[in-house]
Amino acid sequence: MAEQGEVAATDPIVAADLLQRVLGAALDRGGAFAEVFVEDRAATGISLDDRRVEELSSGHDRGAGIRVVVGETTGFAHTADLTETGLMAAARAAAAVARDTGSGGGGRSVALGTPQDSRPPNLVQVLPADVAKATKVELLLRADDAARSSGNAIIQVSAGYADSRRRTQIANSDGLLAGDDRVRTRFSVSCVAAGDAGMQTGRETSAATVGFELFDRRSVEDVAEEAARRALAKLSARPAPSGVVPVVIKSGSGGVLFHEACGHGLEADHILKDSSVYTGRLEQLVASPLVTLVDDGTFGPEWGCMTVDDEGRPAQRNVLISNGVLTDYMWDFLRARKQGRQSSGNGRRESYRELPMVRMTNTFLLPGADDPDEIVAQTPHGIYVAHLGGGQVNTATGDFVFGMTEAYLIENGRVTEPLRDANLIGNGPDVLSRIDAVGSDFGMTAGTCGKDGQSVPVGCGQPTLRVTGVTIGGTAGA
Amino acid sequence: MPELADLARSIAEQADAGAGEQVEAYVAQGRETSVRVYEGDVEFLSSSDSAGVGVRVVRDGRLGFAWVGALGEAAAAEALREARDNARYATIDEHAGLAEPDGVEPAPLDLWREELAGTPTDEKIDIALDLERRVRQGDHRIRQVVQTDYSDALRKSAVATSTGICATSRKTTCFVSSYAVAGDGDETQTGFGYSVGRAAGDLDIAKAAADATERATRLLGAKKPPSSRLTVLLEPRVTATVLSVLASTLSGEEVTKGRSLFANRVGEEVGVAHLTLVDDPTDAASFGATPTDAEGLACRRNRLIDGGKLLGYLYNTHAARVAGTVSTASAVRGGYRTTPGIGGRAVCIEPGDLDQEAIVRQIDRGLLVQSVSGVHSGVNVVSGDFSVGAEGLMVRDGALAEPVRELTIASTLQRMLQHVVHIGSDLEWLPGPAAGMSLAIADVSLSGA
Repeated sequence: MAEQGEVAATDPIVAADLLQRVLGAALDRGGAFAEVFVEDRAATGISLDDRRVEELSSGHDRGAGIRVVVGETTGFAHTADLTETGLMAAARAAAAVARDTGSGGGGRSVALGTPQDSRPPNLVQVLPADVAKATKVELLLRADDAARSSGNAIIQVSAGYADSRRRTQIANSDGLLAGDDRVRTRFSVSCVAAGDAGMQTGRETSAATVGFELFDRRSVEDVAEEAARRALAKLSARPAPSGVVPVVIKSGSGGVLFHEACGHGLEADHILKDSSVYTGRLEQLVASPLVTLVDDGTFGPEWGCMTVDDEGRPAQRNVLISNGVLTDYMWDFLRARKQGRQSSGNGRRESYRELPMVRMTNTFLLPGADDPDEIVAQTPHGIYVAHLGGGQVNTATGDFVFGMTEAYLIENGRVTEPLRDANLIGNGPDVLSRIDAVGSDFGMTAGTCGKDGQSVPVGCGQPTLRVTGVTIGGTAGA
Repeated sequence: MPELADLARSIAEQADAGAGEQVEAYVAQGRETSVRVYEGDVEFLSSSDSAGVGVRVVRDGRLGFAWVGALGEAAAAEALREARDNARYATIDEHAGLAEPDGVEPAPLDLWREELAGTPTDEKIDIALDLERRVRQGDHRIRQVVQTDYSDALRKSAVATSTGICATSRKTTCFVSSYAVAGDGDETQTGFGYSVGRAAGDLDIAKAAADATERATRLLGAKKPPSSRLTVLLEPRVTATVLSVLASTLSGEEVTKGRSLFANRVGEEVGVAHLTLVDDPTDAASFGATPTDAEGLACRRNRLIDGGKLLGYLYNTHAARVAGTVSTASAVRGGYRTTPGIGGRAVCIEPGDLDQEAIVRQIDRGLLVQSVSGVHSGVNVVSGDFSVGAEGLMVRDGALAEPVRELTIASTLQRMLQHVVHIGSDLEWLPGPAAGMSLAIADVSLSGA
């Protein structure tokens, strides 16, 4: 990086005329498409552990990723040097793939349009960068107090504060010029409780695509007390059962169920390579008619929201499954172009160092008509999952797992004893067809989705729902 | 690499010694190439250089950290300035401080293959295309080769402190993998094969291809088995995953903070008598080998469990001070953007006498676990609860039997160490911080239909 100067919020990171020249150079050896993605990211993180504010860290990253598409091949290079020299070198490196294609060359001049007028899903009220570090530190100390006050059995508390601001600029050879300015703030607390039967853990996170006003939405005490309550509740937990059981999943417990059961399988890269169980199933019934699933990058201020995606396409609301029928997949630029259609605004990347690919944004099941309490009351025997951890899916077979980090037995329609952590396993289309009750409530949670080595923030949501049978991976008899 | 060391030293030298300030600079630089091929064509080709600096400052018992994704004087100045400012807000910690030279000489490890820097891109593309072709031709039931990747990296780093540390390391790595889908009628199964080395010549393309093909096809016809309690035989790559998790529970930081299930158990029998666990990053064969740790101390062989008895934990400088001991040079960092945590680099169980086939013959009723899923969501390293998705082949009367899928295996880490019945002789260093080998564990719950 040649320059380290401060950039005012409204300034473009790289001037449009330079982007235009770089695109010209990228197409110098031929190629059907070229794109420059510029990013400037600043992040702050503070961690508290063992009663101490252990570490304040701050970081700053800027750079550009350039891709050139020749036939079916994409060439990519990135640089942290945003001067003309640095960008031109990266453009030439990315263009090197055009070498053997004999597609002519001679370059092509690119005329960039005016920046697209896209509306951000929410407005940031308080930029975290304008808040004193001491104020942020105070939040962690308050959370520590609140968690430890929740019970003497709480033996350890760790808490983390993180904010980031990510400004992007995207220009491509179709003349597109777009950008985004995303501010995200996150606060999480983890507790360890100790009892006669060993230690247990509880975790809770509050995160949104907002600034410091995150803490007006939910207090750090509330986050801390929830984490502590979760750890304490499990102190008397018994081993989870094994075998197939009915499962009621609480609203907002981490809609990772849908993220894994069908979200990844509806990403067009898997579809086009025939490595998803949902390939070729458009307009077919792939789930219970109670299921209407949406992916919505404009669903502000949730964790996965954005103004434009990382290819410059405005975020949009996409209905993936409507009343059980598969209506569409999620698309990025390249996959959409191959099919002669428009991107659905799902092209995302972790940073300027990576190529974009099809990713979810905020994925959620729409509420239904059932009273959430009645769903439990109408379940004679089963598991009530109040909080989920992460999950993982094999899109080609549809088999997926998701972890429960707070769960209880349901006996005679009542939530009874707590259970120790375990994974649940199922097959996507099978589990989706077994959803027989969908509540009228709704809740979203923030998560991090990993795919092919890249992590991006996503939102997951769902109402309370019941699956008639899922395999639970405990150690006790069912 | 003198330039990286010089830059790190020039930052560390700016410490205000008069005010008792300590400064550490970690500088890293890398060049990476990755190629993905699909259906005989290059899907993408990416080449990139990256570099950055991370600075830690300790002043008045307070730690601050900052990083910048660039090298050079301006980036260094920004990182130092920010780290100093950040240090003002941390809680005073009597144990805060950087590593100090401890007299241990770094092992003479040769982890750099100059030829990798000169390997032409076309050759790398050809390796990936060759692998894809072999997977496709390996079995007529291979329906799709979803992605086949070649990637390599040349990485250098230097760490210098105002307390007298100055260490450099460099390493080349090379990786190739293929992900295949096998089909039979409506059914699909998947298999993943890979090979790793320090240069392109180390890669075993034939083995990577055979792995992907065989692992996908041998699962065809898999059904969900009934629930039961049995012996699981973990394949080497599954064992490596379990060892990585186990190593995280032996972190001295987790121990001093009361979060380890092995806290206060040194000297106790935590495993069966034939279980010996070491972390030895000075073993050049291990993927995680490195002469010095992330704080610049020379790596060493650390014995963790010997004959089933817990000997100790892994420490970085800070955790060691809290615990009143010395660092085991187990500081790890995920690049210049993070501060040094604690981790194993080359965790390995002492191998046994039997290969996988011989172990299978010893098992009356069991499950050969080919792969696991949901390790991050189903293993609680504080409580020890272990529950993961799995697929593989049943074992009956000493022979491999029908394939199974959509099941979980569950136990606790504590119980698993006490129920290790066979340790394979088939030690294999895999990408990641642990070695793989076949490992049989009795009395595990299989949850299925």
